[in-house]
Amino acid sequence: MSASGSAPAIVADNVSRTYELDGVSVPALRGVSLTVEPGDYVAIVGTSGSGKSTLMHLLGGLDRPTGGTLLIGGRDVARLTPNELAELRNTTIGFVFQSFHLLARTTAQDNVGLPLVYRGIGRRERRERATAMLQRVGLAHRTTHRPNQMSGGEQQRVAIARALVTGPSVLLADEPTGNLDSATGQSVLALLESLNDDGVAVVLVTHDREVADRARRQIVMKDGLISASR
Amino acid sequence: MRVAEAWRVALDALRANRLRSLLTMLGVVIGVAAVVALVAIGTGTKEQIERQVEGLGSNLLIVVPGRLQAGAAPTSSPLTLDDVDAVTRVVGDRARVAVTINSGETVRAGSRTGFASMQGVLETTPTVFVRRLNRGTYLTRTDVSTGRRVAVLGDGLSRQLFGDRDPIGRQITIGGVRFRVIGTFEPLGQSLGVDRDGEVHVPVTAAQRLLGTERIDGLAIRAPDRERIDQLSTAVVAALTERHPDTDFSAVTQEQILGVLGDILGVLTGVLAAIAGISLLVGGVGVSNIMLVSVRERTKEIGLRKAVGARPRDIGVQFLLEAVLLTTTGGVLGMLLGGGSALLVDRLSPVPAALTWWSMALAFGVSAAVGIIFGVVPAQRAGRLDPVVALRTE
Repeated sequence: MSASGSAPAIVADNVSRTYELDGVSVPALRGVSLTVEPGDYVAIVGTSGSGKSTLMHLLGGLDRPTGGTLLIGGRDVARLTPNELAELRNTTIGFVFQSFHLLARTTAQDNVGLPLVYRGIGRRERRERATAMLQRVGLAHRTTHRPNQMSGGEQQRVAIARALVTGPSVLLADEPTGNLDSATGQSVLALLESLNDDGVAVVLVTHDREVADRARRQIVMKDGLISASR
Repeated sequence: MRVAEAWRVALDALRANRLRSLLTMLGVVIGVAAVVALVAIGTGTKEQIERQVEGLGSNLLIVVPGRLQAGAAPTSSPLTLDDVDAVTRVVGDRARVAVTINSGETVRAGSRTGFASMQGVLETTPTVFVRRLNRGTYLTRTDVSTGRRVAVLGDGLSRQLFGDRDPIGRQITIGGVRFRVIGTFEPLGQSLGVDRDGEVHVPVTAAQRLLGTERIDGLAIRAPDRERIDQLSTAVVAALTERHPDTDFSAVTQEQILGVLGDILGVLTGVLAAIAGISLLVGGVGVSNIMLVSVRERTKEIGLRKAVGARPRDIGVQFLLEAVLLTTTGGVLGMLLGGGSALLVDRLSPVPAALTWWSMALAFGVSAAVGIIFGVVPAQRAGRLDPVVALRTE
């Protein structure tokens, strides 16, 4: 299923996204072209309102472009049904959010196992794979803890483990260090980088220059367009 | 998503808001309990009446002058004992024909007074109807042919007049005329709202003399078997019509009486159940309302589930199951509550109640259907949520 060999993980070609608000067209993206290669480490930077969040939603298959072509894992997003798109997200993409988005009242291992629920995998196997993934992010001792029993850094590691449990080719992280103090943020970034070293493409959305500077390449967004790329 | 997993998620969600879930369920509990209890009472009443009608005897045909029809004018009876002889010839067996002329009369024994339904009858009454004596003897053919003033008392009347003393051989007066008690009936209770234990049976001839009339009010025939009832009915009505061309005669069987009563009670039970069903509907609206609140509260969760691969249907099913779990749990509790109430009513009050499996199954099915119907809109709303918008919601 996943992109084979060196085929790009994500290809955006002149992608635009326009919102209709009370009959007025508001362009959030105005023609963006971008390729995420397997094992890539890209930072998308820009001020708020620059379109970087919209771009990330599109790259993750949460939203569809209103113009241009978007291929995720070699599949044209415009041609997929909502169910196929959901499946694509499940198999190809891992999301990490600024505010973690863990289910309260649910243990770390069941949070991590959540994406596997939608693959029809049984509870025992989900817990085994989740435990292995928690080990990978350094939380082997926290498997049965609930989010409110963990620190912010630990919660973000649980969220990263959840993003990884399906073996995605791309990890999309939206301000992953935004809610963390700088030391914790550094360790989360280090974790993402070590995952990247293992071959997972990482796309980071951030407004923090320091965070962006650690990426292999940077894409600067402004007014719905890529203003610079380095 | 596997079904077992979906149930687990739904159960977790309900557990997370225990009080709210219980209160929402209460509407369904009350609705289902009301349906089950009211249907049980309706069914119990129907069964009781059926037992009473069947307890009269078997294969009975009751013949009265006039039309048995709503709004038909009451007909004064033209029937006499000569007509009974004619009917007996048609039937071919005197033991299968009973007659009655009845009148409310004051009955005295010494200083005690009672009011009784006096039935002027033939000696055949016990061979046509089910009527058992607990003391003495019943009327004889000679008593009837000679108009002897002898009486058989109902159990209630006997106790009223004589207490625990043996009334056999004692004198009473009926409408001022002296009679001798020769027997008493076993207690029978009520038939179709009439107190059968307040009756006093006397020879039809004695009753006619007392009332100064030749008429009888009606007659009853016990057919030898069920198949012969219709044929007998036609023959008897034809014989009577020939003798009284100006009068209509009606012959009804127990089955017809049961049919009419059953229809009435069926409608009554249906109306009661429908009223109870309205409360179930109100409960369903409550479920819908809470589910909408739940969808709104968990918008972020929905967004996340979608982001990690939940299909719209997975989310919809999750919320639908939650609603169904809510209403079916309420349905089971309502069944227990309604069934328990019906049994208590049956035990502690004169109102009979009979639990039927179909009313339980219906109530459970309806509660599940209520969950589905009232859960669909919230579930669809959840399933269609845009994940981008849902994730952004605070």
